[in-house]
Amino acid sequence: MMISGRTLGQGATSEAKMSTEFFRATSFCALSELDYNALGVSEGGNVLVRTKFGEVVVSAKKDKGLPSGVIFIPMGPWANALVGPETGGCGTPQFKGVEAEVEETKMVVLDVRELFADLKAGAETS
Amino acid sequence: MIVEDVLCPFCGCLCDDIKVEVEDDKIVGVKRACRLGSSKILGHERTKAPMVRVDGELVETTYEEAYDRTARILKGAKRPLLYGWCSTVCETHKKGILLAEEVGGVIDSTATVCHGPSIIGIEEKGLAGSTLGQIKNRADLIVFWGANPAEAHPRHTMRYSSNSSGMFTPEGRRGRKVIVVDVRETRTAKNADKFLLIRPGTDYEVISALRMIVADKGDLVPDYVAGVAKADLEEVAGIMKAAKFGALLFGLGMTHSRGRYKNVDNALSLVADLNGFTKFVVMAMRGHYNVAGFGQVSAWETGFPMSVDFSRGAPYFNPGETAACDLLARKEADAMMVVAADPASNFPRMTVEGMAEIPVIQIDPFPNPTTLLADVVIPSAVCGVEAEGTAYRMDGLSLRMKKVVDSPYPTDEEIIQNILDRVRRLGDDN
Amino acid sequence: MIIKGGFVYDPANGVYGEEMDISIEGGKVVEESRDGKEIDALGMLVMPGGVDAHAHIAGAKVNCGRIMRPEDGRRGIEPKTKLLRPQTGYTVPNCYAVGYRYARLGYTCAFEAATPILESRHTHEELEEIPIIDKGALTLFGNNWEVLECVRDGDLDKLAAFISWGLSASRGYGVKVVNPGGGEAWGFGGNVKGIDDPVPNFGVTPREIIRGLMKANEILRLPHSVHLHTNNLGKPGNYETTLATLKAVEDIAATRDRQVLHVTHMQFSAYGGTGWRDFESKAPEIADYFNSHAQFTMDMGQLIFGSATTMTADAPLEYGNARLLHAKWSNHDIELEESSGVVPLVYGRKMPINAIQWAIGLELALLTKNPWQVIMTTDHPNGGPFVNYPEVIALLMSRAKREEELASLHELASKRSSLPSIEREMDWNDIAIVTRAAPAKILGLPEKGHLGLGADGDVAIYDINPTDLDPSKDHSKVKEAFAKAKYTIKGGEVVVRDGEVVAVPQGRTYWVDASVPEDQAAKVKADLVEKFAKYYSIQMSNYMVQDAYVTHPRVVKAGVI
Repeated sequence: MMISGRTLGQGATSEAKMSTEFFRATSFCALSELDYNALGVSEGGNVLVRTKFGEVVVSAKKDKGLPSGVIFIPMGPWANALVGPETGGCGTPQFKGVEAEVEETKMVVLDVRELFADLKAGAETS
Repeated sequence: MIVEDVLCPFCGCLCDDIKVEVEDDKIVGVKRACRLGSSKILGHERTKAPMVRVDGELVETTYEEAYDRTARILKGAKRPLLYGWCSTVCETHKKGILLAEEVGGVIDSTATVCHGPSIIGIEEKGLAGSTLGQIKNRADLIVFWGANPAEAHPRHTMRYSSNSSGMFTPEGRRGRKVIVVDVRETRTAKNADKFLLIRPGTDYEVISALRMIVADKGDLVPDYVAGVAKADLEEVAGIMKAAKFGALLFGLGMTHSRGRYKNVDNALSLVADLNGFTKFVVMAMRGHYNVAGFGQVSAWETGFPMSVDFSRGAPYFNPGETAACDLLARKEADAMMVVAADPASNFPRMTVEGMAEIPVIQIDPFPNPTTLLADVVIPSAVCGVEAEGTAYRMDGLSLRMKKVVDSPYPTDEEIIQNILDRVRRLGDDN
Repeated sequence: MIIKGGFVYDPANGVYGEEMDISIEGGKVVEESRDGKEIDALGMLVMPGGVDAHAHIAGAKVNCGRIMRPEDGRRGIEPKTKLLRPQTGYTVPNCYAVGYRYARLGYTCAFEAATPILESRHTHEELEEIPIIDKGALTLFGNNWEVLECVRDGDLDKLAAFISWGLSASRGYGVKVVNPGGGEAWGFGGNVKGIDDPVPNFGVTPREIIRGLMKANEILRLPHSVHLHTNNLGKPGNYETTLATLKAVEDIAATRDRQVLHVTHMQFSAYGGTGWRDFESKAPEIADYFNSHAQFTMDMGQLIFGSATTMTADAPLEYGNARLLHAKWSNHDIELEESSGVVPLVYGRKMPINAIQWAIGLELALLTKNPWQVIMTTDHPNGGPFVNYPEVIALLMSRAKREEELASLHELASKRSSLPSIEREMDWNDIAIVTRAAPAKILGLPEKGHLGLGADGDVAIYDINPTDLDPSKDHSKVKEAFAKAKYTIKGGEVVVRDGEVVAVPQGRTYWVDASVPEDQAAKVKADLVEKFAKYYSIQMSNYMVQDAYVTHPRVVKAGVI
């Protein structure tokens, strides 16, 4: 179950989103100690998180405050790669409580520009 | 020179006691602000000049050209979406609404990806609230539900809630109980007297169980509700009823989870129920410093607080149909103007794909992922630092933001006025 | 401009339906105008522009009503035009609709009835957006900690200095008092039960608060008197509280040529009965009292059947309404100052209580002999929206209409009120008094509500020939004509023609600048510095409404020096 939310680091960099600080502050996934160890992620390693809406590679962190089965990704483009567009008739997507699969990966975390690179490129021809 | 009592243009706390040190019209120091506020007031990398996209690349241009391009895009669009408005002042909102009327567009705020469900909950039930100072002076119980002020509103607890002191709360934190309900043990939870860990997406069930217990129908509640032991719920309900003045402060944990506005509806009902026994108030912990202001301005100008569609000439409001995410996901919007917000980061990826396919205009002091999708970029002054104007705190209190230093950039209000003038001229030519 | 040939009703100047011309120049009524403009009012009814002395049209609680009631916003929708912004709402119209709709009724001035000082900036933001009409806001004082402390200490000079400061801080026009003491008690969920029930933690009674504020109001020689929403408002049997309140202040004298106390929306304070079952009208008792006490005035607070949005600083009342009706409920407490609530409801013709309430408002207006003592309001939008004023006018002018209405109501309206036996029908002069002349006099606006030399050039012209229309029989024509002014002229400019808005000037905002001795002001300031340091959630320097929020001020001077 993936939830997203605000953090101090995310907030302090939210108006400097092209910075490496923002990248560091929001492109990670926090896991409970139990889940982290079970995945066999190496120190500083990455995970691939997949939901029915999309997938994204983020770095992995332990967080003692998280119960097993819940992962946390700070509010931002990495988390939102995993969130679905439907708003249930109220205008607001469900940003928290998305069923997700997590696996250890050797793939690298895309930076902000890389995350969006394909989007506008695709639109240029239209 | 020290400028006193500056308002902080970051979160919904809208702290108004900041000291800003200015030398040669440059900000050199910030006192009293939290890390979030200081970082904004001290400044970040700026978009240096207006830009337009040529052959796939953003190239610098003049303001005049950027305004013209914007006006032509908005005027030419059938379903333009004017979105954002959370990090700017109410004076900008007024112009923005006028522009939306003029182009027959849809105007929507970032509330629709934050506390929009709270507003819909209020439409269902009303909201029993107060100003933050009332909580500071009277509350002997604070309940944070799906809210983590330690990270999102760092000075809230000290200035207004759990750790503040006032007339009937001279002992501050020692004289209060603090309950935190969340799906993870946040930093806020670590400061609580009672932490209730619930499973994601079970807010509605847990609130319903509390309402049953508060109404003395606890015998109908099963031993466990969404994984929470009944005894814990009874303890929480007991603390709530025993309080002299309780405050339920809820965050995005409630509005972003399964149930969304129904969670809020239920929480508002719980608070209404509690008033049968004691005094209780409830408040949404609004994120951006003036996202609440857009709702206020929009309500008095259009009758509705967000997601207002002017395509019929008269305001039409139906979030779920006319909210920004809906319009983009349905690929209905054919142009988008983004003011003081960053939907490319904050919308679901599949919704952002709808943005990438249409002309996007960005008005913002800072570059961000929305810039990467924008066809016109218009840099503006930072409200509350380089431009004055009105903002509404999370409790609905309006305050005037100061201008601390001069800016080479025009204000959001001036930019929208320029665009509006050009749109009207295009209208006259036709 | 010359308005030619109309039947002019200008009761303040003793003009009762004379065929005469009115000249306006430079925005004012003058002896002779030479600008060549003419308005043909031949065979029409000409009155000063209407003045609404009590309506909730701007500020936090009005906007709260809009936000919690999208279903109301969807009523009364009118798209934008080349000249006009879009309109929405019936009980809680958007700002533009407020201005346009008043103008269409021939009204040129309306006062917001309640603004807490702390949230006045918001009130003014909305007032600024209301087009055409002049306006002002009454500032809430009845539960303010500084007031309670001054009253407790018996320091009336300091209290006067605080009122002066509060009016200036809120850019407010007068002293509004709502359920004195009750709003503070509501801070912990309580209320006060009568004028001698002490306010928890402050050791003062509503009687002392009302007397203190009235005396301070008179020390300051404010243009308006204290404007009171009584304790126990909305409750069966409350007429006793109302009469006790009036008797408690009989010894206080006005220091200006006006009433010493205005009791607002009296309909809600004129109830008999020990509960809802034996609920009945006590309007005759209230009217009798007013008939022998000329120093007091009231407004009707007439109920209109259909949708209403109740909104008041009387928060415990609203909580009670919401519990009783299982309705949506919003509450908003304001630190150190007030509380408030908003509850939407529907008044039904077949609901016994509502039907009796409807009768009470009319009884009050018709049984009070002097029309200068009882002015027309619906306490918009508590009793119903102001757009129904033409309906109220028709009811006041026609016994036949009242009988038709009574026949469609729950029978208790006839049994528990004296309305069926009331023969009085107001005439055009009475209507001119209760809708313009008296509200202007009561508010203390010498340039409003009349058409004498020097008055504001605010005129309403209705397509009615008072010499050949019998309002008693043709009440539907009366209602129709008052709903759509033939012309509304604001400051010498035609703003409505044939019931449609044709110009949208910006009106002015009245506020009162009352001077006080420096030593008293200093005492108040010292108190406030401490209150801001310890109790308020904002800085004192950010508190006062800045000039940017009142762009067209009309500052009225008053005070001790």
